[in-house]
Amino acid sequence: MSDLTRKTAAELAGLVASGEASAVEVARAHLERVAAVDGQVHAFLHVDEEAVLAQARAVDERRAAGERLGPLAGVPIAHKDVFTTADMPTTAGSKILEGWRPPYDATVTARLRAAGLVILGKANMDEFAMGSSTENSAFGPSRNPWDLTRVPGGSSGGSSAAVAAYEAPLATGTDTGGSIRQPAAVTGIVGVKPTYGGSSRYGVIAFASSLDTPGPFARTVLDAALLHEAFSGHDPMDSTSIDAPVPPVVEAARRADVAGLRVGVVKELAGDGYQPGVLARYREAVELLESLGAKVVEVSCPHFGYALPAYYLIAPSECSSNLARFDAMRYGLRVGDDGTRSAEEVMALTRAQGFGAEVKRRIMLGTYALSSGYYDAYYGKAQQVRTLIKRDFEAAFEQVDVLVSPTTPTTAFPIGERADDPMAMYLADLCTIPANLAGVPAISVPCGLAEPDAAGGEGGGLPVGLQVMAPVLADDRVYRVGAAVEKALEDRWGGPLLAKAPELAEAAQ
Amino acid sequence: MTAITRDEVAHLARLSRLALGEDELDHLAAQLDQIISAVARVQEVAAQDIPPTSHALPLSNVYRADEVRPSLPPEQALGGAPAAEEQRFRVPRILGEEA
Repeated sequence: MSDLTRKTAAELAGLVASGEASAVEVARAHLERVAAVDGQVHAFLHVDEEAVLAQARAVDERRAAGERLGPLAGVPIAHKDVFTTADMPTTAGSKILEGWRPPYDATVTARLRAAGLVILGKANMDEFAMGSSTENSAFGPSRNPWDLTRVPGGSSGGSSAAVAAYEAPLATGTDTGGSIRQPAAVTGIVGVKPTYGGSSRYGVIAFASSLDTPGPFARTVLDAALLHEAFSGHDPMDSTSIDAPVPPVVEAARRADVAGLRVGVVKELAGDGYQPGVLARYREAVELLESLGAKVVEVSCPHFGYALPAYYLIAPSECSSNLARFDAMRYGLRVGDDGTRSAEEVMALTRAQGFGAEVKRRIMLGTYALSSGYYDAYYGKAQQVRTLIKRDFEAAFEQVDVLVSPTTPTTAFPIGERADDPMAMYLADLCTIPANLAGVPAISVPCGLAEPDAAGGEGGGLPVGLQVMAPVLADDRVYRVGAAVEKALEDRWGGPLLAKAPELAEAAQ
Repeated sequence: MTAITRDEVAHLARLSRLALGEDELDHLAAQLDQIISAVARVQEVAAQDIPPTSHALPLSNVYRADEVRPSLPPEQALGGAPAAEEQRFRVPRILGEEA
């Protein structure tokens, strides 16, 4: 095993820029790690070694030609399979797109390439980003490197697993209801949902267009900020992209100081239904912020309890509309085209075979919520709740600069435990959904390991995440707080939380 | 009381263009009933005078200049098609027997 896989993205880019290591050496080290552990972790759906090395060679050539490289040039990255890539298959974790080669790159993909990042491969995910565990992937679940019998979170669970297993220092994800923060929390790494519209949705296979937000995964807050900066910013190809400068996230991550900052503890995001081990670490993190000079107050957001039901009407409604494009006509799977069946019959057969159970559930739920007679009572009411949640945030941010909560109510759950119990699975996103409905930025940073519960030790010894939320376009604040917590806790622990994870057995090569 | 009947679920499957088997419909009917009962909680707080929010941030229409730009060549546009013929997507018949 090479030491290169244990370095941060910032360190790796420094080695490549100074010539101490070539991008090819860095890529090889990570490819070897993928070959050694991905049989167990299953973070990747697609890795093409030759294509990876060709990208790395191109970075080395640019450097040799005297080009000034960006701050992440030569750094390998796991790319969520929801982003289109013209040179790799893109499936969104679905059979209906198995083997599909998109004719174009997503804007995020193009920006990774322009920044000299080396795309290692496509990361596994819940089908069409619907899920909290990767168990909904048509290609099998990814596994949590802390405990291979448990989920790595989802939907971006291949991304979180890859970073936590040292297969890549960075990964991309998308966060519609928590799909970056929740997997980051349960694997002990950093994940950020930027302000909605701060990162481009062009070339992101759509799930819920008013919520989908690309964002970074990393093992450090600074690395996440560097990646955030590399792929964010206005994109004329996305009509909801914000035409404003990217907030100074890298500067904020370096500043790592919360003195005088007003921190609001969300009263409604704790209590019943939360694992005691999670709440203990969370309360310690709040005390830590206070000891670092933050002014901590309790804040009430009375409608946050309605965020989950509103989300499970809004997101499925948008999904039922977005996924109508999978009609077996222009790309993807086609089933039963035998010359006798009509287009509509072929379409219905293809969708029944090509979509998994959760995708079908959400399409039907959305179709229900949007149908005449039910629209006002369900979709309409959910949109009104969305207003109430935005107002809760607005009122809170008049009193405080940031809000904090646990990222998830529990630590990583066992694979299979919630697979056919949708309501139990949906609860994994209880704390993360409000930020999506309001479009505000939020981070999850590791804040310790949950102790085994007195009840029997379920979920003990596993990572807990602290969520920090800030107002729209104040993404820098979540990095500032996240980096301060990271710095103080690493001083206390004598290193990153991930150093406490068990070493994975490496397969012989 | 159930929020949704088995017949309604079968109707939804047709609207959703999903050719589901009987077992799948039975299973989904129970789950959708549970989910719909849970999400109906939104009706507790949303009073008539609250405006709906369809989008996280206020937006108005965004226009781009109306100018000719390169687009996908036919071979790329058809590259992922399940069936293509004469530079076109080949599709099953679109009219039913009774038409």
